Amino acid sequence: MIELEGVRKEFDGKSVLAGVIGRIEEGEIFAVIGPSGSGKSTLLRLIDLLDTPTGGEIRIKGIDIHAERERSLTIRRMMGMVFQKPAVFNTTVSENIAVGLRFRGADRGKIREKVEEALDMVGLTGYGERRARTLSGGEMQRVALARAMVIEPEILLLDEPTANLDPVSVATIEDLVVRINRDLGTTIVFSTHDMYQGQRLAHRIGVLMKGGFAQVGTPREVFTLPATREVARFVGIENIVDGVVVGENGASVVDAGGVRVRAGRLPGPGEEVSLCIRSEDLRIAPADAARAHPGKNALPGTVTAVVPRGPFSRVAVDCGVPLSSVLTWKRVDDLDLREGSRVVVSFSPESVHAVRRD
Amino acid sequence: MYEIIEGFLEAARLIVTLDADVMAIALRSILISLTATVLGTVIAVPLGAAIYFGAFPGRRGLINLIQTLYALPTVVVGLLIFLLISRVGPFGFVRLLFTPTAMVIAQMVLILPIMTGLTISALSGVDPVLRDALRSLGATRLQFFANVMKEARFAILAAVAVGFGRAISEVGAAILVGGNIMASSFASSTRVLTTAISLETSMGNISESIALGIILLIIALGVNLVITAIQHR
Repeated sequence: MIELEGVRKEFDGKSVLAGVIGRIEEGEIFAVIGPSGSGKSTLLRLIDLLDTPTGGEIRIKGIDIHAERERSLTIRRMMGMVFQKPAVFNTTVSENIAVGLRFRGADRGKIREKVEEALDMVGLTGYGERRARTLSGGEMQRVALARAMVIEPEILLLDEPTANLDPVSVATIEDLVVRINRDLGTTIVFSTHDMYQGQRLAHRIGVLMKGGFAQVGTPREVFTLPATREVARFVGIENIVDGVVVGENGASVVDAGGVRVRAGRLPGPGEEVSLCIRSEDLRIAPADAARAHPGKNALPGTVTAVVPRGPFSRVAVDCGVPLSSVLTWKRVDDLDLREGSRVVVSFSPESVHAVRRD
Repeated sequence: MYEIIEGFLEAARLIVTLDADVMAIALRSILISLTATVLGTVIAVPLGAAIYFGAFPGRRGLINLIQTLYALPTVVVGLLIFLLISRVGPFGFVRLLFTPTAMVIAQMVLILPIMTGLTISALSGVDPVLRDALRSLGATRLQFFANVMKEARFAILAAVAVGFGRAISEVGAAILVGGNIMASSFASSTRVLTTAISLETSMGNISESIALGIILLIIALGVNLVITAIQHR
């Protein structure tokens, strides 16, 4: 549906997008996630023809959209966009929603019918005659979504639509996004810096970093098999251990400054790798009670910190390399974990995901 | 001191009894300045929009020039129009000097820069997200311009009110091209509130001056209330 072919964008000589390559399929929800300033908004604006790329091509249904000056209005009218900042026109809610229909010359009866439908869809039935400026941020954003939806776009672009909104409004908007995609088959591209939102909503995620997609995949792929060290860090993998692949008794292990770690799949000896291990996959046991599991990683170490985090505690252990796990409070009490406690951290090689370092 | 108090009392009487001369002057002031404002609006708002939406070399400089002209001295405008329409001037044949029409022209010229400039400011004040939203909703160029103007409508109305306020309160141009004439007919007289205050004060008629001054203040206050009401929309 949307093909990104080496899309570049510079602002005043400063590169924001440096050759984005990707493909968004018809009918899918595609999340563009990435840190602030990674060019997520810029990419969406380029797709919506609000900015012009410095280089590369964006094709929708095979048409290079920035090369078609005469058809740009027709192309833009295939799309709807919601912006990060909730903004409404200084008129009634109904008039706000009707703007796109008026641009397309819809007749009064159709406008009234569509607006009512849209109000209903976003849960603002009865708000039609209110002045849009008097609404809350979350309500305004729902008006913006309704405004983009009444024109029945084939592609809906959402630029961090829930940033700065309260949790209830976030949930409402997220619910709407899923429903619009499911019920109307609208292709949805949204950007977010909230990786969990990407995980909740998207069929596929593109991680935008340093001007390009560092990884494109299903949420599961991105969260469990990050392609690079940076992606791993961004998707919240807390244990990232750098080392070198070495041979040991005919098998490959990773030497991380003297500490040997076994991993499921490793590149050949001599390769520099980063090992990504999710905190949830680490077990912590008292040093004296630990039993040896053949084939498992079991690293002795000393607890350096126990930090409360919601209903859990994060326990940091120095095993020669820093590792941390998440335990319930009760578990921390039962094991009598405190700074200085001697423990053994164990984890299976399968839970270790190795990425090559450049 | 006693004279001033007496002046206020007399002024109150002139206003309350709707003194014919005073009311005629006030009405003439309003009519002339209102006409100048309407004509000014017809020119300044489209001009401001053209400058705002236009992309041409020197645009920035032009906006700076317009903003500089906000402070255009009224007597300089009066002098300029005087030179153009005086008998020896290029438009002397039209015989406009010392007519209400000349005053309308002078006041319109005076308020054009501020109304144009404030129109540009009003349009610049429209949230960029709304401009993106209009384009994203599939506006044609014309629909885009119309809707940005619509979004700025209250700020543009405020620009118009500011123009009227400046027109009705200026004295320099009115006295130079109008001549402060009190003729037998209403339409050929050119005495307005500001010029009348100037004359009456110089003649020692303090109470008339105070009465006219109060009326001018009431009009200015009214304009201000309108602006405030508009800006709170």
